[in-house]
Amino acid sequence: MTSNTQKIAWNAFSDAMAVAGSIGGIILGLVFALAGRDDMIKFHGWLFAAACSVACLILLMRMFDDEENVDDTGYFDGPVRVATVATIFWGVVGFLVGDIIAWQLAFPVLNLDLPWTSFGRLRPLHTSGVVFAFGGNALIATSLYVVQRTCRARMVGRWSPWFLVWGYQLFIVLAATGYILGVTQSKEYAEPEWYVDIWLTLVWVVYLLVFMGTLMRRKEPHIYVANWFFLSFIVTVAMLHLVNNAALPVSFLGSKSYIIYSGVQDAMTQWWYGHNAVGFFLTAGFLGMMYYFVPKRAERPVYSYRLSIVHFWSIIFLYIWAGPHHLHYTALPDWAQTLGMTFSIMLWMPSWGGMINGLMTLSGAWDKLRTDPVIRMLVVSVAFYGMSTFEGPLMSVKAVNSLSHYTDWTIGHVHSGALGWVGFVSFGAVYCLVPWLWGRKGLYSMKLVEWHFWVSTLGILLYITSMWVSGILQGLMWRAYDQLGFLEYSFVETVEAMHPFYVIRAVGGLMFVVGSLLMAWNLWKTVYGEEPADLRDQPRVAAAPEFRESPAMARPAAAE
Amino acid sequence: MDYETMVVITQSLALLFFVALFILVLGYVFWPGNKAKFERASRLPFEQGGTNQKREV
Amino acid sequence: MDWSKHKIFETNSIVLLIGILIVVSIGGIVEIAPLFWLSSTIEKVKGMRPYTPLEQVGRDIYVREGCYLCHSQMIRSLRDEVERYGHYSLAAESMYDHPFQWGSKRTGPDLARVGGKYSDEWHTLHMSNPRAVVPESVMPGYAWLAKRKLDGKDVTANIAALKAVGVPYTDEMVKQAGADLLAQVDPDGDGAEALQKRYPKAQVRQFDGNPEFVSEMDALVAYLQMLGTLVDFTSFDASGPNLR
Repeated sequence: MTSNTQKIAWNAFSDAMAVAGSIGGIILGLVFALAGRDDMIKFHGWLFAAACSVACLILLMRMFDDEENVDDTGYFDGPVRVATVATIFWGVVGFLVGDIIAWQLAFPVLNLDLPWTSFGRLRPLHTSGVVFAFGGNALIATSLYVVQRTCRARMVGRWSPWFLVWGYQLFIVLAATGYILGVTQSKEYAEPEWYVDIWLTLVWVVYLLVFMGTLMRRKEPHIYVANWFFLSFIVTVAMLHLVNNAALPVSFLGSKSYIIYSGVQDAMTQWWYGHNAVGFFLTAGFLGMMYYFVPKRAERPVYSYRLSIVHFWSIIFLYIWAGPHHLHYTALPDWAQTLGMTFSIMLWMPSWGGMINGLMTLSGAWDKLRTDPVIRMLVVSVAFYGMSTFEGPLMSVKAVNSLSHYTDWTIGHVHSGALGWVGFVSFGAVYCLVPWLWGRKGLYSMKLVEWHFWVSTLGILLYITSMWVSGILQGLMWRAYDQLGFLEYSFVETVEAMHPFYVIRAVGGLMFVVGSLLMAWNLWKTVYGEEPADLRDQPRVAAAPEFRESPAMARPAAAE
Repeated sequence: MDYETMVVITQSLALLFFVALFILVLGYVFWPGNKAKFERASRLPFEQGGTNQKREV
Repeated sequence: MDWSKHKIFETNSIVLLIGILIVVSIGGIVEIAPLFWLSSTIEKVKGMRPYTPLEQVGRDIYVREGCYLCHSQMIRSLRDEVERYGHYSLAAESMYDHPFQWGSKRTGPDLARVGGKYSDEWHTLHMSNPRAVVPESVMPGYAWLAKRKLDGKDVTANIAALKAVGVPYTDEMVKQAGADLLAQVDPDGDGAEALQKRYPKAQVRQFDGNPEFVSEMDALVAYLQMLGTLVDFTSFDASGPNLR
């Protein structure tokens, strides 16, 4: 009785705080909208005030609602569903913008020579769209799902998880509209201006609190290794974001700011950030995904739990040092370059340890690769991870880097990681999650997953092979000498030579976009409860827990 | 102490420290007493049921 | 309820959090912190000065349009790069750059020493319609920059902010920022001499060839035309400690 009254009081308090927060947001937005010093920040003020008004209205409608937002299993999945839908939506948008700018490089007339459609403004829209919007939402969705299941605890908070997912979408919209209007710091992968950075910081702190709070509620003594990876991703990204974006706004009502670092120090800070955006956002977080969804889908525990612990500590320790390999032969001091190269080479080992752990989880069940395209997607993603984490250390060797740096080889390398590893592991996880979260017996169509898999794989192969050829070709042309000892090619001759490969790349990218549209259609039909045509071909684990037959997996250790 | 000696000393100490850390992690991982704990942990993704269910074992 | 046990579990997740924080901090501290106090990181050179207000505004446009996504400003110490672009870039040459614009990709050529290589007319025409000058180019056209009036109302605040983050602008430079901005596109005016005294080697011209108004093109061309022209390499000695 007392605990019940306490709970009601607590809910009323949190409702009141949430409403107060949203009203504060409306006021803040209006201040920027009315008193802002430039049109961009005024526009963002209106946008912010509008978003807070919608939030306020929804809160007022649902205030004093005693409903606990949970299903009969006791998990809090509403925000996870929102983040899952956002993953699919931003994925399609991000891939599409990427393909548009790929065509722009092949046919420059597509820039339209307008401010808002030029390559320089659309490229950050693509990179932030895929890394932060698609990847970020995939990480939020899976981490919040996994932490609840492996801790067997309801996510903490009444409104804060909702604030996290919708606040994150608002961050994406503010950043993206800013890029198109020319609001950018021009620090690669850290383009949003100071006020958007502050908003993201706020959202991220709530993310950390929700995640940590849920861990603390756990009913299991051990924290499952996937959560270690998710936690390191959340904490490290917070650190990187705060340090790299330290800036002085010109005016507190204007959009422009100046980064407090300059020149060589700014370069080192930026690539410490940039490389660890790869290392912690695109690797550690997605490894957390791998350590849950690969065993879950294969219905076998991870190959070696011991290896996963060694994997974890060594990869987070080594990754943070690798940044300077983006600055070989530049004005960065040699000692820093050498450190960056050394640690990058060492990184190869824990990376492959993780790859082996993921792949070998399938040992004894390799036939599933043939029958279940979802697990095939997950496993191929781990294979791509292995390939790009071999290529990365190779490219960090100074002699190799002298050829590869500044060329499309880097772009190809990034995309074998991004499309192959991050893309496929997210697709695999989302194909698992949607039927589980919406209580369906399976996916609408396994055949469409097959098509998605093959179209996208072919697209990735076209993409990375064309970029290998164009990158190495361009690197060799830049350094080619004729018989008299003069540089053989002018710069623009090397640009001309890239054209066919840019076309092939854009075609490969288009195939990847088509694949993602197939996925969106398939998942749309799944959510709408369309009866799957090929239900009998789907593994039992494709269904939501309540529809699963008795566990087929032998559980020797926990049999008692 | 000049710069060169300082570099040698700090680099050697750092190497020893990192190797010791690595051995510590390996020790924890391969400690026989921890085997059962890790076995159980690796099965966490397969626990059935909701938040209210008590753990078996 | 067994509180003592529960408490240890709670502590454990915090222990994990702290452990992660320590482990991921080491690399960054070792690699970044020394760059701020090792004096050999940035060479002592003659000739470096802060950007003039017009150059800085041009740089802000360069930043706004994301030029760094296709153009580097960092000549590596490799034979072919030095022959193609000029002396390898020094750390000192970007020490007033907030943010740095070294770049990571060369879809177009490096721009670290593009200053003085082409005429103002070439730049204006090339920017307006790249393929009119270089048929194979894949650069977007920026004709609209020449039509946009330069927004100079924030220049004093911008220069003051840069001073606050460490660029050695004097109080006078901040105060005169607005006047200096206009003086640099007015070769016949009175302010040109004072500008060049404050900012040695500052080039004073009608950069976009249109005397009717000061455009964003003026500022961007002024920035490009000074890139890499400041350091006096006749007195530069590359044999110091820790230099390449």
